[in-house]
Amino acid sequence: MASITTADTASLRSSSRSARGDAVFRTLTFIAGAFVFVLLGAIALFLVIKAMPAIKNDPTNFFTTTQWSSSAYGIAATLFGTALTAVLALAIAVPVGVGVALYITQYAPRRIATLLGYVTDMLAAVPSVVYGLWGLIFLLPRMVGIDHFLAKYFGWTGLFHDPAGGLNTFPKTIFSASIVLSIMVLPIIAAISREVFRQVDPVQKEAALALGATRWEMIRTAVLPPSRAGVISATMLGLGRALGETIAVALVIGNVNRVSGHVLVPGGNTIAANIANTFGEAADKGPLIASGLVLFVLTLVVNLAARYVILRAGTEERSAV
Amino acid sequence: MAKRIETVDLSCYYGSMQAVEGVSLTVEPKSVTAFIGPSGCGKSTFLRALNRMHEVIPNARIEGTVLLDDEDIYGPGIEAAAVRRTIGMVFQKPNPFPTMSIYDNVAAGLKLNGIRKKSELDGAVERSLRGANLWDEVKSRLNKPGMGLSGGQQQRLCIARAIAVEPQVLLMDEPCSALDPISTLAIEDLINELKDRYTIVIVTHNMQQAARVSDVTAFFTLKGPGEPGRLIEVDATQKIFTNPSEKRTEDYITGRFG
Repeated sequence: MASITTADTASLRSSSRSARGDAVFRTLTFIAGAFVFVLLGAIALFLVIKAMPAIKNDPTNFFTTTQWSSSAYGIAATLFGTALTAVLALAIAVPVGVGVALYITQYAPRRIATLLGYVTDMLAAVPSVVYGLWGLIFLLPRMVGIDHFLAKYFGWTGLFHDPAGGLNTFPKTIFSASIVLSIMVLPIIAAISREVFRQVDPVQKEAALALGATRWEMIRTAVLPPSRAGVISATMLGLGRALGETIAVALVIGNVNRVSGHVLVPGGNTIAANIANTFGEAADKGPLIASGLVLFVLTLVVNLAARYVILRAGTEERSAV
Repeated sequence: MAKRIETVDLSCYYGSMQAVEGVSLTVEPKSVTAFIGPSGCGKSTFLRALNRMHEVIPNARIEGTVLLDDEDIYGPGIEAAAVRRTIGMVFQKPNPFPTMSIYDNVAAGLKLNGIRKKSELDGAVERSLRGANLWDEVKSRLNKPGMGLSGGQQQRLCIARAIAVEPQVLLMDEPCSALDPISTLAIEDLINELKDRYTIVIVTHNMQQAARVSDVTAFFTLKGPGEPGRLIEVDATQKIFTNPSEKRTEDYITGRFG
């Protein structure tokens, strides 16, 4: 059994071959990790270098001008449109997404829950241009009736006010863009919320039921409170997606730079849609890149905030134990 | 305040698997009844059938009757939530609501019952925490998270939460199995005090505990793996532990289990 003896000795001694392999692999993974930082830094640097001259050369104030032409340009209208479409989209997608997640985790029989889970995940896999085309060809013509209804009964809110008293028959509006966006961010919110709700300890749910809670009271007492941070971060990640979404919004929004809260009036624009729609013809790409920089910073901040919420919720739970 | 529980030929199922077969048993008010028996004998399942917590598990169901002072808790028009409000439960693992303070944990059941008035809640929270022998330890930090307490304190917090809604019966599913001996003693003392006001049923793996706290002991066992659990014998605790009528009970009590 001499072979075993050699094998034993070999495995005990630090073999130079395996040590080298380890070092190589460690270096490779380090490079891969470092590459992410370099990449993000390079993108930021590229944006800043290209954007700065454009912002400096702008004869008007880049942040307060609504107009976008080769002589005077500013992001006031597109930034406003970006924020408004994203917020409206979330106002629709968060209740629906949380509802879907609650149904899947708390109410549905297992087979339906699994199926519904797959379907919501598949919604996330649909390319955004498909959502845009669907919105343009299918949704827009059907928005006319909805818009009239909202203007008639909810015009007093201001949001759905129709100042001209006659809505467009082809409503390329902030509201239409928000609807398409809400469908696009729904899977993110539903999927993350689903995981968050699923992680609630069953003994907490039993505790609520044993106190005489109905199913909905049990959800309110034992499921929603510990899931709050998770749902907030799901919302933030959805917001990040909604802010940056380009092609689907470019297809259904009016491409009219305007700061107006009347979301049913044709027009409106977002930073991303503006870049997509004007980049080809633009002689000077600088201003567009500058607006891209603003969007980059905005989404970065939103995503960091989402991480921060998750992190803080985690430490709170640990410190409580 | 305390009611009698009576089961008639009660069987419990998980889907097609029968866990408990044909148990008929009466639990007298203001007494402590202990369920003992080997693991898998169905004593916890049977306990959960007494306040309709059994049916929370998908496909779980029962056959037979459970009477609370002659009212069928599985009868038509009876709501499971209302039954559970009347028959409270304390679980094996302390399970205070993690995001709630000590105060809110105790008040949770009252709020579910629509009680919102601060003075009323304050009174009930103090009364329940005193009832659970926890008031003196937590009165200065009622707004701190319930999860910050020790395991034994958390379990007493859960007892306070359960008695805050003033149930008729308190079911305890191995309430001390996750606790150290000192905390266990505190809970046992508490059970002794609580039986003046409540009907108490406790499932325990610890035979000394059954002997210490209960007035009546019910012994459950099963013939073999996969077989449903059955009630073998129920009698005064004193008698079960000194002179049981059934050979199987004696074998289990004396450690000659087979």
